[in-house]
Amino acid sequence: MMTNEDTLRWLERVADVLHENREYLTQLDSAIGDADHGINMDRGFTAVRDKFSAMASMDIATQMRTVGSTLVSTVGGASGPLYGTAFLRAGGAAAGKTELAHADVVAMLDAFLGGIVARGKAQPGEKTMVDALTPALAAAKQALTANASLAEITARAAAAAEEGMKATIPMLATKGRASYLGERSIGHQDPGATSSWLMLRSLAEVCANM
Amino acid sequence: MKKLINKPEDVVKEELEGMQEAHPDLIRVDIEQQIVIRKDAPIQGKVGVISGGGSGHEPMHGGYVGVGMLDAACPGAVFTSPVPDQMLAATKAVNGGAGVLHIVKNYTGDVLNFEMAAELAEAEGIQVATVVTNDDVAVQDSLYTAGRRGVGVTVLLEKIVGGLAETKAPLEQVAALAKKVNDQGRSMGMALTSCTVPAAGKPTFELGEDEMEIGIGIHGEPGRRRVKLAPANDIVEMLTEPIVEDMGLKAGDQVLAMVNGMGGTPLIELYIVYNALFQILKGKNITIARNLVGNYITSLEMAGTSITLVRLDDELTKYWDAPVHTPALRWAM
Repeated sequence: MMTNEDTLRWLERVADVLHENREYLTQLDSAIGDADHGINMDRGFTAVRDKFSAMASMDIATQMRTVGSTLVSTVGGASGPLYGTAFLRAGGAAAGKTELAHADVVAMLDAFLGGIVARGKAQPGEKTMVDALTPALAAAKQALTANASLAEITARAAAAAEEGMKATIPMLATKGRASYLGERSIGHQDPGATSSWLMLRSLAEVCANM
Repeated sequence: MKKLINKPEDVVKEELEGMQEAHPDLIRVDIEQQIVIRKDAPIQGKVGVISGGGSGHEPMHGGYVGVGMLDAACPGAVFTSPVPDQMLAATKAVNGGAGVLHIVKNYTGDVLNFEMAAELAEAEGIQVATVVTNDDVAVQDSLYTAGRRGVGVTVLLEKIVGGLAETKAPLEQVAALAKKVNDQGRSMGMALTSCTVPAAGKPTFELGEDEMEIGIGIHGEPGRRRVKLAPANDIVEMLTEPIVEDMGLKAGDQVLAMVNGMGGTPLIELYIVYNALFQILKGKNITIARNLVGNYITSLEMAGTSITLVRLDDELTKYWDAPVHTPALRWAM
C-alpha cells in the first residue's frame, strides 16, 4: 500500500531527478526542439518543491492535483498542459483514498496517460511521452494481473518506459516541435519520453524501498 | 555566451520592467502576473485582443500593446509558451464586455496553454474567440506534422485586427477578419546563425561558416534544410518562390510585404533583401502596396531574415492604415 508519505517521497525524488537531468533533457530538446524541456521541467518541479511541506498533510488525490495545477502554472510549453493534466487526472483516480493498493497505483498511471492523450491527442508511434507511458501502463497491468508486488509492478513499468523511450530514437516525429524537422527528427531520443521514464524510474525506486 | 543581461533567470522580468519604464504612456506591466496591458484597458464595448508567446521574439508581442493593436500580451519564459494563468489574467484585464479574441501561434505549447486559458475564461463567463496563425510554408501541413507554424503573419494580423477592434466591431467580425488575414498570408524564414537561450548558455544548434538553415522557425529550432551559403538574391528567391506558389499570387495582385530581421541581422542587409524581393515581385507584376522592413518577430540574436506576404484588398488595406500607437509601431496618430 502506498501512503501519502510514500507519494510525497516519490514526488521529492522526481524533483531531484529532473533537476539532476536538466542539462540532459535540454540537450535532447536542442536536437529536435527548442532547448527548453529540461529547464521547463526543473522550473515546474522546483515550484512543486516549495509546496512539499504543505503537501505532507494532504491526501494523495490533493497532492496529485496540487502538482498538476502547479505544473500548468509554471512549466509553460506543451509539457505544462500535458503533465499538468496528467497529474490532475491521476488525482481524480485517487479521490477519496487514504492509501493506494496495487490496483489503485495502476489506475493512477492509467489516468495519468489518459490525461496526456486527452490534452495532446498523440497516439503511440509519434515520438512523444506517450511512447514511454503506453508500454509502461501495459507492463504494469500485466504485472498486476500476475499478482506481482508493488515493487515489481513499478519496476516493470519503469523498464518498459525505458524501452519505449529508446524506441523513440528511430521514430519520425509527427507531433510537437520535432515534427517540423521531418526526417531530421529520426535518430534522436524524444525529451518528453525521457522525462516520463525518469518519473517512472523514480516511482520504482521509491516502491523498491518501501 | 556574450549577452547584455544580468542573471539569466531575471532576463524576462528585467526586460518587462525596462519596457514599463520606457513606455509609461502606453502600457501597464503587471510584473506579478507577467502580462503587458494597454494603459487604458479595459475599454467598454470594445473586443479585447490578446496574444502571447515565449519571450525572445521582441518586439512581439509586448511591443505591440497599445492603441490600434493588442490590448494585452502574455510573455512566457524565453522560447516557452506562457501559462494559462497569464492568459486568463490578461483576458480579464481587457474584457470590456464585448468578448476577447485570442491570437495564438500554431505551436503545440501555445495552442494547449491558450486552450486551457480559454476554457477557464469561458467558465468565468467571458466569451473568447480564438484564431490560430499558421502561415509558415517551410513545413508541410499534413497529418504527419503538428501543422504549419505561426510566424510573421501574426504581427501583421495583430495590426489589422487591432484596427478593426478599435472601431468597436463585434467579436464575430473581428474573429472573421483575423481568420481572413491568416488565410491571405504566408511566410518563410532562414538563418545564418543559431541563437543562445540565456538559461541554456550555448547555441541551440551549430551552423558552419559556409552554411545556412532554410525554413527555420522562431525558437532557434533547426529548420527543414541546411545548405551552403548563397548570395542574398538567391536566398530571397528560395524564400519567395514557395510563398508565391503556396498563395497562388498572380500578376496584378497587391501585397503587404514584411522583410523581417531575426534579430542579429543589420538593417543594411535587410534592405538588400527587400531590394531582391521587390525585383522578384516586380518581375511577376505583383505590387508591394505596403511594407515593413526591420525587426518585428525575432529569435534573440539569430542572424537571418523571414519574408511575409499578405494579399491585400480594400478592407485589409484600410485596417492596416488605421492609426496605431504601440512601442514598436506608430502611424496616423
